Amino acid sequence: MPRGAIIVDKERCKGCGLCLVFCPQDVLAFSGEHNRSSYDVVCMKHPEQCTGCGFCAQTCPDIAIEVYRQKKPKDGS
Amino acid sequence: MPVSTENMVKVFERPNSLNESQFSYCPGCHHGVVTRIVAQTIDELEIRERTVLVAPVGCSVSMYQWFRCDGTQASHGRACAVATGLKRVNPNLIVFTYQGDGDLAAIGTAESIHAANRGENITVIFINNQIYGMTGGQMAPTTLLGQWATSCPDGREGSLAGYPLRFAEMVAQLEAPVYVTRQSVYDQKRIMATTRAIMKAFRYQVEGKGYALVEVLTNCPTNWKMGPVEANRRLADEVVKTFPLGDLVDRGQSG
Repeated sequence: MPRGAIIVDKERCKGCGLCLVFCPQDVLAFSGEHNRSSYDVVCMKHPEQCTGCGFCAQTCPDIAIEVYRQKKPKDGS
Repeated sequence: MPVSTENMVKVFERPNSLNESQFSYCPGCHHGVVTRIVAQTIDELEIRERTVLVAPVGCSVSMYQWFRCDGTQASHGRACAVATGLKRVNPNLIVFTYQGDGDLAAIGTAESIHAANRGENITVIFINNQIYGMTGGQMAPTTLLGQWATSCPDGREGSLAGYPLRFAEMVAQLEAPVYVTRQSVYDQKRIMATTRAIMKAFRYQVEGKGYALVEVLTNCPTNWKMGPVEANRRLADEVVKTFPLGDLVDRGQSG
């Protein structure tokens, strides 16, 4: 069970790739899918590695990312 | 691939002070990061309903279209003068300007310096990307020596076009400003530092302490002719050598 998750607003993403560089867990990648403005949007390549740290969202210049985190860590993991 | 957010809480979302419209900035532009930080600060201080923004001329010219607070448009460079008027007429308002280097440090030098010297109780957010962004990449007063721009194709030469203008240092020499700082947003640590600096600048205004200037070094991938990631690197490696980061003046701590 991943500790966190993000949701990318595909129409807001401009494919700058800053979030890819900032992600400490190497979760993100370009999806190859293009939005209405023809930008290659970002997706979660390894969702299981996401910790919900929010680095990607904070560096996103277009506020295209929402971050979620597990409510309570089970068994202190 | 659908992402499951079951049993999860949302920890980061779009600030309330921004509406749903898309920023008009280029991909990878740091303007968006700083605009988001400003909006988040307004949310956290719960001052949205008495905040008035003064939009400049430049890439953030239409920022009043994105904020859910009142705003006005100043002539090129005159944002600090407009903010002075607004604040003096209604001191209960929280007034901030958001200006680029061409606006604040070139055409608006006089207004900006004198507002600082009078210690107007306003917050000035100064976006320094070392180039004229919106007009197509001409040399700005803050352009680094040797840097390419459309109006200095051989690189900026000090003997011909002067030297990079360190505006924050100039303002820091004055007696009136309460808080003068230079920050950047090229990595996570810097983004957090900028968030704290902008929060402090707004808090000092709410507390009635006086003039605060937050200079933020940003990139301009489009006019620097490089990718956003490369532009970030240039900012961290080169630009900070000419424009050192850190607090220059903080007179708001005591009292």
